[in-house]
Amino acid sequence: MASKILKKPDSFFESFSRRSGPDKVSTHYCPGCGHGVLHKLIAEAADDLGIQDRCVFINPVGCSVFAYFYLDFGNIQVAHGRAPAVATAVKRVHPHAIVISYQGDGDLAAIGGNNILQAANRGENITVFFVNNAIYGMTGGQLAPTSLIGQRTATTPRGRSAENDGYPMRVCELLATLEGPTYIERTSLRTPKLTQKTRKAIRKALQYQMENRGFSLVEILSPCPTGWKVDPVKSLDWMEQQLEAYFQLGVFKDVGDERPAKADPERDLWSANYGTAIDLPTDLDAKLPEASPAPKYRNPSLKIAGFGGQGVLLLGYTLAEAGMLSGYHVTWIPSYGPEMRGGTANCQVGISEERIGSPIVSNPSVLIATNLPSMDRFEPEIREGGLLLYDRSLIDRKPNRTDIESIAIPATSVADELGNSRAANMVMLGAYIGKTGLLSRESVMEALDLVIKRKNLIDLNIKAIDKGIEYGRGAR
Amino acid sequence: MAKETGVLKEACVVIDAEECKACYLCVHHCPQQVIEVSEGINRKGFHPARYKGTGCTGCGICFYACPEPSAITVYRKGAVKQ
Ligand SMILES: Cc1ncc(C[n+]2csc(CCOP(=O)(O)OP(=O)(O)O)c2C)c(N)n1
Ligand code: SF4
Ligand code: SF4
Ligand code: SF4
Repeated sequence: MASKILKKPDSFFESFSRRSGPDKVSTHYCPGCGHGVLHKLIAEAADDLGIQDRCVFINPVGCSVFAYFYLDFGNIQVAHGRAPAVATAVKRVHPHAIVISYQGDGDLAAIGGNNILQAANRGENITVFFVNNAIYGMTGGQLAPTSLIGQRTATTPRGRSAENDGYPMRVCELLATLEGPTYIERTSLRTPKLTQKTRKAIRKALQYQMENRGFSLVEILSPCPTGWKVDPVKSLDWMEQQLEAYFQLGVFKDVGDERPAKADPERDLWSANYGTAIDLPTDLDAKLPEASPAPKYRNPSLKIAGFGGQGVLLLGYTLAEAGMLSGYHVTWIPSYGPEMRGGTANCQVGISEERIGSPIVSNPSVLIATNLPSMDRFEPEIREGGLLLYDRSLIDRKPNRTDIESIAIPATSVADELGNSRAANMVMLGAYIGKTGLLSRESVMEALDLVIKRKNLIDLNIKAIDKGIEYGRGAR
Repeated sequence: MAKETGVLKEACVVIDAEECKACYLCVHHCPQQVIEVSEGINRKGFHPARYKGTGCTGCGICFYACPEPSAITVYRKGAVKQ
């Protein structure tokens, strides 16, 4: 039954309480802005398709950066142009979510050009609404990749010239050459009829995602009266005579039938069957350390830092692997200097009894430093009461902090004696587990077997770890 | 203004004068030309759009043309209005 009342869709917040200032009812958009119309069409579609609670809306940088003031969906605001990457991540972790990447032409076609290309090429099962207003609205009307030849903008005051600024980019045509996408259409908001076409296209694109048919993108030619410096009604003439003349409307690709509807994937990380999706080791107890670690050593956030080539990334990786084998939740993020050797390198490791919200370690509870610059740089960041282990063969100063526990290990000399100074990283690793008792020797040995590719080096590493454990225990 | 309630015998459009930003896209697109610009000024400083009072067919064109979520509500014939 056609609805008897056309009113603000339920997928909008009742009150826009996230807006600052007294007005909690209107949007921040200029009079006649296409963003407002599109929000309405998307909200209405979500109501009618019954997906409001499943929608995750990726807010771009641009005038629509605050779409989350209005649309009562799951909302994430992301870095400029990166909406397709974040949409990909959300969709893969939450296959049941309906993920909408909403992007302007500056966001999608300029700074985020490669992001959209790769997401389309992968055929990610997401829906992209691409708002083409042929200008950077938010920043005051600069040239966009989609601005027309001759169009006057803040950065092309004499009009876009092909020689200097290149030609306007036709995104739909470009993406339609790829195998990946399922559905690509360009529509317009110029007339009531075209707006209805847009309304249909939005629904189709969302429907395709609901049926897991793959990547959809709807490009919407949308008025920006402010950026174009015309009144809203006049903006329609420019759309007809200029914009639609260059950007042809229509369906550029639709292979929905060849990519038949699929049921939702079983494995949704957040659904009830999380436990069966990822098997935890069953012989968990066997791998836990003999004595459980003192409370202050539990759930550590580590930073492990040194020169590139000292093996600090491998050290962290081995710890994370051993932690995982012991049934902990773990994270590991490497950070490389620009050079492969000789530059600085560090990694951040989390080992936790509970799920880890963020893998970023800005204030470590444990710092393992294997050269002086790393100790200089990261010692001040250690949490109060934290632990510092450093290689005293290479660091000839004492720690400055007195509110932390610190242990000096002659790691490089020990490794030298064992025949290879490069095993110093494993001496440090041994010292850490010897000191804290966080991980068992067995779990580390098992991890070593997985992470060390050259098997003839395993023996040396085992010896180095055992030496380290002795030092660590000695420092208990 | 007296509030109309009950089942509507005729379609009508209700424009919230305070929510209108005076883009006049509704005025421009209404096929019946039953929306006009009012002389008064709203709190945003605009002359808001206003329904002429008769002749709306409930086509909904103005609703889909308007960028503001709550500026326009269209009641079709037979709708129950509170
Ligand atoms: C990394 C980064 N670079 C540049 C900017 C400045 N900036 C903000 S919005 C914008 C362009 C927005 O244009 P568009 O995507 O077309 O959206 P519209 O505002 O027209 O809706 C730019 C360049 C930024 N915020 N972040
Ligand atoms: S500058 Fe353009 S895109 Fe931004 S709100 Fe105003 S009309 Fe809309
Ligand atoms: S519903 Fe249709 S006829 Fe009625 S005011 Fe709106 S555009 Fe005009
Ligand atoms: S379309 Fe909406 S904002 Fe624009 S004049 Fe009409 S009621 Fe006002």
